[in-house]
Amino acid sequence: MNKRPLSFYFLAAFFGIFILFLYGPNITIAILSFQGADGGLTFPMRGVSLHWFAQLLERQAVGDFASALVRSLVLGAMVMVCTVIFSLLAGLAFRKRFAGSSVIFYLTLASLILPSILVSLGIGLMFDRLGLTPEWFSSGFGAHLTWTLPFGLLIMFAVFNRFNPSYEMASADLGATSWQTFQFILLPLLAPSLTGIGLFGFTLSYDEFARTLMTSGSLNTLPLELFAMTTNVTSPVLYALGSVTTLVSFGVILITLILVKQLSPSSKK
Amino acid sequence: MALSKNHHSYWQSLPLSLVLLGFLVFPIGVMLVVSFWDYNEYSLLPDFIFDNYEFLLTSNVTLKAYLQTLKYAFLTWLFTFGIGFTLAYFLAFHVRTQKMQTVLFLLCTVPFFTSNIIRMISWIPLLGRNGLVNSALQTGGFIDQPVDWLLYSDFAIILAYVHLYTMFMVVPIFNSMMRIDPNLVEAALDAGAAPWQIMKDIILPLSKSGIMVGSIFVFTLVMGDFITVKIMGGGIKANVATLIYNEISLLQYPAAAAGAIVLLITVLMMLMILFRLVDVRKEL
Repeated sequence: MNKRPLSFYFLAAFFGIFILFLYGPNITIAILSFQGADGGLTFPMRGVSLHWFAQLLERQAVGDFASALVRSLVLGAMVMVCTVIFSLLAGLAFRKRFAGSSVIFYLTLASLILPSILVSLGIGLMFDRLGLTPEWFSSGFGAHLTWTLPFGLLIMFAVFNRFNPSYEMASADLGATSWQTFQFILLPLLAPSLTGIGLFGFTLSYDEFARTLMTSGSLNTLPLELFAMTTNVTSPVLYALGSVTTLVSFGVILITLILVKQLSPSSKK
Repeated sequence: MALSKNHHSYWQSLPLSLVLLGFLVFPIGVMLVVSFWDYNEYSLLPDFIFDNYEFLLTSNVTLKAYLQTLKYAFLTWLFTFGIGFTLAYFLAFHVRTQKMQTVLFLLCTVPFFTSNIIRMISWIPLLGRNGLVNSALQTGGFIDQPVDWLLYSDFAIILAYVHLYTMFMVVPIFNSMMRIDPNLVEAALDAGAAPWQIMKDIILPLSKSGIMVGSIFVFTLVMGDFITVKIMGGGIKANVATLIYNEISLLQYPAAAAGAIVLLITVLMMLMILFRLVDVRKEL
């Protein structure tokens, strides 16, 4: 191994500072959510307690945190399932050229790039004009899909670009039906990427605020609840909520990864 | 065989197409129609008037908001590009093993699993009047009074953007850098090129597409954002999207729709310029 140039150390230090910048604020509020009962939003801490976490469990003046959390989790799960299935299907479709494929492609890009507030306002107005009541599981659900599907499709593109079609050909040569090829060859090979898409879909939906703004109806999802709190609440309960939501999202990711590991064929040796 | 496969493509792309039609194309159509409507305090009145646009396009507030938005977009782009390019360069050319690259990448992506709003409010205990930065500066004797411009200012807004969006630059730039043949750099070195020449004549041009994709992301995210400006600007700063948000809160939907359509056209025009410079489909 040859000696590293001086520039390496500068860049490595730069990277280190960036990581600190990236994590610093999060670590700060994680610590501050353990603020003592009469502590405020800033340091120094006045004691250490779980007071603000306990406050979360009680019904807040601002809203109902627990049901918002449940709504966000359910919505996230719905979005996750649909994102995986729809992106997989669309990914398969795009392996062949078909009439209208570039229209769909550019619409998907547009969906990704257009400011969320436009999509939110548009869907809100559409429901209003059609005489439908916006609900988090109808209009909100559709709004979230316009955000998660482009990511799913782009990941599918990347996956299929590196995909070796000879496995499928071999399977077809051996007389498998196209469904068998899909089930036994394609699906297992794609499983890791599909898990990625699912996790992506879940976290994007779980955190989505702007697209939910006009589409959630009368019941808040968690990000809306959080936003409402940033304008009303001036106690560390906000940080406690921040810490809890972060933990929940990590929990979901961890559980999914463990499940995948359990289910993947390679672990059943 | 080929024919039957092509049949599959149609039903396979159907769910995606339906979602896009129902929740993207049609809503934007409705929004376009409503932007020509009239309204009062209680309801929307179907009509065909240009008042919403006229008010919007002749108002000083709009002009200021657009200038402010462009300023945020440009500054954010500048910083995220500078930092993002450096980080991508480090990861692509200085980190030797693929395993280490993956580890460092994962390290950078973990914070993305936390909601943007939480990541923004995380700055408050650091930047506030009694925040860590101010107390550190005061204890160190650098300042007598707490500095006010750290939070609820343009500085705070740009800082939050850089914090949120730098990774959107790093990933595409890193991707295009990984496709650069190391032999090219080797050959340039052998031919006696200085480091800055390698950077200027090889690495920069060959990572152009990644830079473009990253720029598109950062630009459009900043143009359409209102939460960052609301939270980090403390409600006293306004950009285009916050104007739309305020009109939505006041239930002035036709005015909001007109604002949204103008924003849509602006973003599309900017994208058309950027798309001329790079073929996105080739980059996937």
